[in-house]
Amino acid sequence: MMNLNTTLLLLIPFLPLAGFVILGLWGRKIFKANAGWVGTLLMLASFLIAVYTAYEYFTHSSGGHYDKIVPINYTWLKFSSTLSINMGIMLDPISVMMIVVVTLVSLMVHIYSLGYMKGEERFPTYYAFLGLFTFSMLGLVLSSNLFQIYIFWELVGVSSFLLIGYYYDRPSAVAAAKKAFIVTRFADLGFLIGILILSYCAGTLDFTTMINTLTSPESSELKTSLTYSFLGVSALTWGAALVFIGGAGKSAMFPLHIWLPDAMEGPTPVSALIHAATMVVAGVFLVARLFPVFSFTTPGVLQVVGWVGAFSAGFAAIIACTQTDIKRVLAYSTMSQIGYMMFALGVSGMGGEEGAGYTASMFHLFTHAMFKALLFLGAGAVIHYVHSNDMKDMGGLRKYMPLTHLTFLVACLAIAGIPPFAGFFSKEAILHAAYQHNTIIYWIALLTSGLTAFYMFRLYFNIFWNKPHQAHGEKHGEGGFAMMLPLVLLGLGAIGAGFIPFGKFVSADGNPLHMETDIAFSVLPVSLGVAGILLAAWFYLKQNSRPDAVASGLNGFYKAAYHKFYIDEIYQFVTKKIIFNCIGRPAAWFDRNVVDGLINLAGSGTEAVSAGIKKMQSGKVQQYGMYFLVAALALAALFIYILK
Amino acid sequence: MNLLWLIGVPLVTALAVLLSRNRDQVRWIALTGAAAQLGVAIMLYFLYTKERSAGNTAAILFQQDHEIFSSLHIRFHLGVDGISVAMIMLTAFVGIAGALVSWNIEKMTKEFYFLLVLLSLGAYGFFISLNLFVLFFFLEISVIPKYLLIGIWGSGRKEYSANKLALMLMGGSALILVGILGLYFASGNSFDLVELSNMNLPAATQKLIFPLLFIGFGVFTALFPLHTWVPDGHSSAPTAGSMFLAGISMKLGGYGCLRVATWLLPAGAVAYSNIIIVLSVIAILYGAFATMMQKDLKYINAYSSVSHVGFSLLGIGMLTQTAITGSLMQMVSHGLMTALFFAVIGMIYDRTHTRMVGEMGGLMKMMPFISTVFFIVGLCSLGLPGLSGFVAEMTVFVGSWENDHMIYRIATILAAMSIVVTAVYILRAVGQTAMGPVKNESFLTLTDARWNEKLAAILLLLAILAIGLVPGWLNDLLRPSAEAIMQKVSAFK
Repeated sequence: MMNLNTTLLLLIPFLPLAGFVILGLWGRKIFKANAGWVGTLLMLASFLIAVYTAYEYFTHSSGGHYDKIVPINYTWLKFSSTLSINMGIMLDPISVMMIVVVTLVSLMVHIYSLGYMKGEERFPTYYAFLGLFTFSMLGLVLSSNLFQIYIFWELVGVSSFLLIGYYYDRPSAVAAAKKAFIVTRFADLGFLIGILILSYCAGTLDFTTMINTLTSPESSELKTSLTYSFLGVSALTWGAALVFIGGAGKSAMFPLHIWLPDAMEGPTPVSALIHAATMVVAGVFLVARLFPVFSFTTPGVLQVVGWVGAFSAGFAAIIACTQTDIKRVLAYSTMSQIGYMMFALGVSGMGGEEGAGYTASMFHLFTHAMFKALLFLGAGAVIHYVHSNDMKDMGGLRKYMPLTHLTFLVACLAIAGIPPFAGFFSKEAILHAAYQHNTIIYWIALLTSGLTAFYMFRLYFNIFWNKPHQAHGEKHGEGGFAMMLPLVLLGLGAIGAGFIPFGKFVSADGNPLHMETDIAFSVLPVSLGVAGILLAAWFYLKQNSRPDAVASGLNGFYKAAYHKFYIDEIYQFVTKKIIFNCIGRPAAWFDRNVVDGLINLAGSGTEAVSAGIKKMQSGKVQQYGMYFLVAALALAALFIYILK
Repeated sequence: MNLLWLIGVPLVTALAVLLSRNRDQVRWIALTGAAAQLGVAIMLYFLYTKERSAGNTAAILFQQDHEIFSSLHIRFHLGVDGISVAMIMLTAFVGIAGALVSWNIEKMTKEFYFLLVLLSLGAYGFFISLNLFVLFFFLEISVIPKYLLIGIWGSGRKEYSANKLALMLMGGSALILVGILGLYFASGNSFDLVELSNMNLPAATQKLIFPLLFIGFGVFTALFPLHTWVPDGHSSAPTAGSMFLAGISMKLGGYGCLRVATWLLPAGAVAYSNIIIVLSVIAILYGAFATMMQKDLKYINAYSSVSHVGFSLLGIGMLTQTAITGSLMQMVSHGLMTALFFAVIGMIYDRTHTRMVGEMGGLMKMMPFISTVFFIVGLCSLGLPGLSGFVAEMTVFVGSWENDHMIYRIATILAAMSIVVTAVYILRAVGQTAMGPVKNESFLTLTDARWNEKLAAILLLLAILAIGLVPGWLNDLLRPSAEAIMQKVSAFK
């Protein structure tokens, strides 16, 4: 039997929360420069417990099958005898994997920031926010019910807002933070309505019960739910689709991706943690969490997931080839890689070999967290040294920062899918799953993987090779030990993570899935990857005019891609021109002039009437005599002629 | 527990304030009185829950009944249920915070505090009355101080705003009075809420009287389109005045809509529920969009109040147990939240002498405490989990969704859309004031909150967190009482 202590489990999310509370309240006064150590030590403890939990969980399968366990489930808000929001912890292969990923990357970022953020004025606040984020993210992945996920979903959203807007006196950072929050909020509206629909259909919010009810054909709830429909689509399909919109917003899927590149305004370690490795995969996690429902009950929505993922993967890869801000290149590459995870779920089935896509998606999530966090931290080291985000200001850095160069190269090879680095295995698994289920998606994915290799090595050559670096005095460009240690550790992860027999641990139905690498199948993607790298080398290894020539050759298309296909401008138009000018302004005007005008009219009308009547009370006897006479005559006329 | 404590303490405080000699005495007496109020209110909560957990299932606890004017059946009948207890605690929290933020009032301090205490006295009396006449009496007690608070200590177009507010609220009161008299005669001469609720008046009579009472109380709680006193009244009122107005007075209306209109006239509530839903959905969205365009912080909060109060009216219109519980939670949450919002706006205004968002920027640098509180209360307003607004709104949504009809579903979805608009205007307000570069050099010398302001903010924040983090206690307090109201309603559904 598993040796899991519930208190220990609770410590995993609550230690980072303690960091938030302690540093938030007393960080500035008491801890000051030591705040980083407080946060890091708490995070280390949380990480160790998470690893221990994972070890215990994965070494105690029941005959190779991993069960879902809910050791803690506390009723937080009760709506009726059956419906309540619970706060619980649910352990299953994906949540256990996620706690390891989240605590690992968070720990790396905590350590890295000791060097990177040193001397910042709001250093304690920074660590407090990191703690809040980590707590929220852990709460999200451990959720035992759908509403709990929504709660933590919102909390990661606000932590992301706080960290993007960390440099709050920069207008661009404030704008980016707002944009990220509002775009994801818009998606969350869909999520919320989806939750209402699903909870109503299933009669519960609890994941285990909900999945059981909605996936067993004989359950009465499912039968009645299927009879509801709106605009010809069943209520359940609406629910699942709306939940997916929530996921797509957080995971920056087209067309809700516009916030992610701007989110790079935050400090680079934050981008590594939130906008590369953890929060942005929450959407993938959400679809995976409800995968049985998607797969059994609403396969149509799963198809949509597949297409949205594949399109986003290709779309983002094209844009990534044209950007010159290194963090934005990485942001688009993140979007593209998450697209891979999404469509892998989209092409997956439920049990056995059919479920290969699910396992592949989770595998890619796992390896991606390693190498993408590494890429961001490496980019952070470069930015730290050059004081610029633009690759035009870089070049020839390999001699100045050898360790960063080496680890960055490892990460680039991993994301390009070159064996034996981690990305190769997970991408291979995804391509394999796509090949068997959807040829078009397979080809999109294949071409995208070539593009991935190209733009990643465009980045790599532009930073570390290309033109020689104009050293400004200092010979040595590496950050301190605190910044180098995470690079090395994550680098080891990017090399080794692919060798984990992932299918043994994580699969759609909990039963082990054997995944093997098919060499014949791998030839095409790997050679495309190599081609991409060679092409990038031809363009960017040495400074030359080839890139400009190609760019001007592809004039219109290049420009469109450089401007991110004008999606931002479309949003700007809709929000500023349509919503503000056509709804907000008229509403405000209508209220002040029409509604309030009527109320004031009632007031001034009364006043006018009274002003008229007032004149009758003039105090002049002649006037009263006149009234008397007129009234007497009128009454007389009334009685004589009319009433008779 | 003897409920007379609840009116006794403010009464004694008011007298002591009148008899005090100097400004310092006034403030300390008022603060001590408010603290005693808070103590009594919290004690009431514990005694109430103790009684409930001991198995007392009577709808109304701690009743007492004194004869005042027997020939007209006017009796001093008092009692509380979970709803009143929640409202009393809200009043006590807002009351002490209001006393604290008014610490530096220079002009006629004695009169100012006297009126504040009188206003809360009216609210306490209103929440514990079980006789319509007495309830109406206390409602009126709370109107007059508002007129004076705005007219004397206000700013901007204060005379206009004070007149408008007093006249509109008086108009509402007139409707309520007619409704109460209608009930009195229709029921064969009874003013007693408990008696009336057991009476089952003919449905036609109920449908006739319901609109009078609902619209009358609706004016108090900013029922669209009778909300226009809200922006003007709030923007002209002194800080504590706005806090009491939004935190307490608007809740008198919401409580009345539920306790008097819906409880006594369930058939009327069922008959008019569709109209209530339509009006509240309009208020929610229209208020939110109108907020988006405001430039003055007080107008922002006033319009957002119209939008937020819409949720509690929506909950009443939906007529399910969960929706009504949510509606009540929203009243409590909104009361705490807007009170804190206005307190913070007052703190900012005292320092910068402007309320225009466009003229501020980077306040976080000079006033980290105030800016952080402003940010947290903004998050509460946009419904961030962990703070009270989320719990209330979600309960309304889930409760509304229980209504199994497409129209109700669409209304719920439309109402839910406001969460996006709310995020837009809150982040805009916070982003332009607290964040960004410092626009005005002279702001660089400004100082952060003083002890009284900090204490006020912390008290309200604690209450907001207590609901947001562990909502169970409030839910357990309100739900059984909401159920009692729903039992009456479900007979007519």
